[in-house]
Amino acid sequence: MTTNERRQEYRTLFKQNVKNRLLVDKVVRIVVFSCVIIALIPLCSILVEVFKNGISAMSYEFLTTVPGAVGSGEGGIGPAIQGTLIIIGLSSLIGIPIGVMSGIYLSEYGDNKLARSVRFFNDVFMEFPSIVLGIFAFLVIVLVLGHFSVWAGAFALSLIMFPIVARTTEESLKMVPITYREAGTALGLKKWVITFRIVITAAKSGMITGILLSVSRIGGETAPLIMTILGSSQFFRSMDVPMDALPLNIYKLSQLPYESAQLQGWGSALVLIIIILGINLSVRYYFANKTINGVLGKLIKQGVLNKK
Amino acid sequence: MTMTFSPQKTTVSDNYDIPSHSFDAGKKFKMVAENVTIRYGDVIGVQNITMKFPEKSVTALIGPSGCGKTTFLRCLNRMHDMTKSAKVEGKVMIDGIDLYDKSIDPIYHRRKVGMVFQKPNPFPTMSIYDNVVSGLKLNGVRDKKILDEIVEDSLKMAYLWDEVKNNLKKSAIELSGGQQQRLCIARALAIQPEVLLMDEPASALDPIATQKIEETITELKKEYTIIIVTHNMQQAVRVSDYTGFMYLGDLIEFSETRKLFTDPKNELTLKYVQGQFG
Amino acid sequence: MYTIHYIIYEHFIDNIQSRYNCVKKNTINYHKQGGLSDKIFKIGATIAGTFVLMIIALLVFQLISESYPVWEKEGFSFIIGTDWNPVDGRESFGALPYILGTLVVAAIAMLIGVPLSIGIAMFISDAPSKIGAPLGMLVELLAAVPSVIYGLWGLLIFRLYFKDWVEQPLHDLFGDSIFLFSGTPFGLDILTASVILAIMIIPTVSAVSREIMKAVPQQQKEAAYMLGATKWEMFKIAVFPYSKTGLVGASILGLGRAVGETMAVTMLIGNATGITAIPSSLFGPSQTTSSIIANEFVEASPASLHLPALIGVALVLLLIAIAINVVAHLLVTKMMKIKEGAINN
Repeated sequence: MTTNERRQEYRTLFKQNVKNRLLVDKVVRIVVFSCVIIALIPLCSILVEVFKNGISAMSYEFLTTVPGAVGSGEGGIGPAIQGTLIIIGLSSLIGIPIGVMSGIYLSEYGDNKLARSVRFFNDVFMEFPSIVLGIFAFLVIVLVLGHFSVWAGAFALSLIMFPIVARTTEESLKMVPITYREAGTALGLKKWVITFRIVITAAKSGMITGILLSVSRIGGETAPLIMTILGSSQFFRSMDVPMDALPLNIYKLSQLPYESAQLQGWGSALVLIIIILGINLSVRYYFANKTINGVLGKLIKQGVLNKK
Repeated sequence: MTMTFSPQKTTVSDNYDIPSHSFDAGKKFKMVAENVTIRYGDVIGVQNITMKFPEKSVTALIGPSGCGKTTFLRCLNRMHDMTKSAKVEGKVMIDGIDLYDKSIDPIYHRRKVGMVFQKPNPFPTMSIYDNVVSGLKLNGVRDKKILDEIVEDSLKMAYLWDEVKNNLKKSAIELSGGQQQRLCIARALAIQPEVLLMDEPASALDPIATQKIEETITELKKEYTIIIVTHNMQQAVRVSDYTGFMYLGDLIEFSETRKLFTDPKNELTLKYVQGQFG
Repeated sequence: MYTIHYIIYEHFIDNIQSRYNCVKKNTINYHKQGGLSDKIFKIGATIAGTFVLMIIALLVFQLISESYPVWEKEGFSFIIGTDWNPVDGRESFGALPYILGTLVVAAIAMLIGVPLSIGIAMFISDAPSKIGAPLGMLVELLAAVPSVIYGLWGLLIFRLYFKDWVEQPLHDLFGDSIFLFSGTPFGLDILTASVILAIMIIPTVSAVSREIMKAVPQQQKEAAYMLGATKWEMFKIAVFPYSKTGLVGASILGLGRAVGETMAVTMLIGNATGITAIPSSLFGPSQTTSSIIANEFVEASPASLHLPALIGVALVLLLIAIAINVVAHLLVTKMMKIKEGAINN
């Protein structure tokens, strides 16, 4: 075994490099922190510009009337707001039931080869470029019917929606302890009753989060709407004619060379961002709070926290 | 002869039988903890501990689970810096320099104070060899010959050399749990520390490996100051020169091991060493 | 996730008690009808679950059959051709410039976005949760901003500053010596589109990377600190080797997003067609597979080859996106089952 003298020698070999290493460390810390700042600059700039420019376009008339002549700067975005709400509603009507049932399948019957491949393809499908889904809706609905259709737009958006709902539903249902299902079985309940009355009730908040996040995602989608609902300057008349939506409206306005059109574009963007960030933030806020309350409540129940 | 009375308030708590003058006499202390209190938020982990660790000796910390011995051990290496909620008050001196001095970065001290954790934690993506030299590379040691020499020496000290000498390039996670722990000891020894902190190092080892580790400890104390946390009283008796008994975050008694186990001053210590609770 | 348990608990108590009374009355009926109703339930759930498989199959089939005319006429030169002319009688379709455009723009976006994202993930995974959690949420808000608003902001605000403060100086410095910086900066070019795209992939890549870094066991980090490592050295010794696979997966996931992104790119890339769309300078206009579709799809006549050609481009885009995402998912799931960050964005 090496002698202690030898070990003392080893120590002298160590480079006195601590100062340099701490300097490198400091530089890395600064770089890493500036990464965060760099990422937040665009966020702040976008929010500030949208609010600053959007506010000046805002008026009751702007929100409720149809657009005026191109470049005149008159009129509003009433049809676009209405269209966005309609398309979100219709997509949810298609996307949520499929997503929820698919999530139930993955969670309750999801322990076999088929389900594993469903889960995998579900994840891959979630990343399909949205414009490809738009083309798909165009091919199977618009081309078949022979005209642009609100249904085609809703179908395309529901394709974006349902995989997100399915996976969040699955994860939420899996959080429900198996004992709850066992308790239901012990009471002689059938599986579908247990699933709908016990498991889903229990997993509600997680599922709602997933649904709302998927709504905020499709609310801003533009590409698949170009070839399905096309855009329009009229209020909704029928399912079989083109319709407008906020993202489409922003895209169209941004392509116009008039300053007044760009101002209206900012106004549109403000309405859209309020809807989407509103959903997003309130979900996160609501969810975060519930989590904390849930944990505190649980601890109080268990007697860990009894001072309150 | 004139008697002088120190005007300063004594750091030794009145309640506890901490060795007084006779204990200090003629000893050099490598590490000294003064009035150390560690809080996790509002919860107090350890309270007002003062302890001196004599050089080139083994000091054992014993006590029932949750008494704060691991918490205290970790503060001797500033490991609490990573636990964001933990706050350490008081002083920990090593060779007369305060570890908690704000102007000195903890990495200056950590080179001097090696640590072995309760659960083996080798770097899973590295080979056995790379695990042992990882600390040396940080310190700028690049000479292949020296590295080889230190690897062999450290692994021998940790009683792992014979088992792995033919495949040092093997991944560290392919070793058994006991071997991994000895690898971690070798990794800590490779940076040639002066103080070695061990947090129940033998809890994951089989009896033979444990015996070897204890032999290692006995061998190492010729040069190193070792502080070991153990829940095994027999182990404390076998390897340590001094033993501190902790209970509910307080240091109840601290003296020579033989004295603490055969003639404890405190009733609580007596009950504990007799196995009445624990 | 304790939330769910807690809420469940509340509901469960109410539910079970009322259920119990109900069941006592109807036990026999439940047993008689349950078998069938459960079967229907299972079949329904299975159909909904396999819906995604059917959609994917139908989608791929549709794209292939509807783009068939262009493959028939152009053959392999649809992929390697550079000529793009939808005018009747002189029809010629080669998608190579757009494929190259897609890959180049996405690659530059990765080059800028991934290091930033890893840096953000390092900061947030290591910061105390009081600082880290809100910062992480702010960064993830970038994902909530719709693509078209990025486009609008890029077109009307960012482009002007970027042209004056970054592109023009780069051009003045290197324009003559390095071909990448030749061409007069106009703001509607490859670099602008790539930078916007980089911003858009940051939330995805940083959120997944952050979760992967957080999953590195504390003991690993302590082992590095014990050896006297600085924080940066701790990341080098303990975090990066442990999470390498997952970080690569996270980056490729970001690449997948970048490749499929349409609107912001369409609004900023300058929309060149045919041979002029082949990327040659960072300051030149180009076109990606998705932007050519967004630009020309509505005008394309189903009777001509123009529409099949665009659908063919969509098929190529889909294949690129699928290949990238399959690799990413395999890597990330191989690393560990961290999916939440990916789903929520």
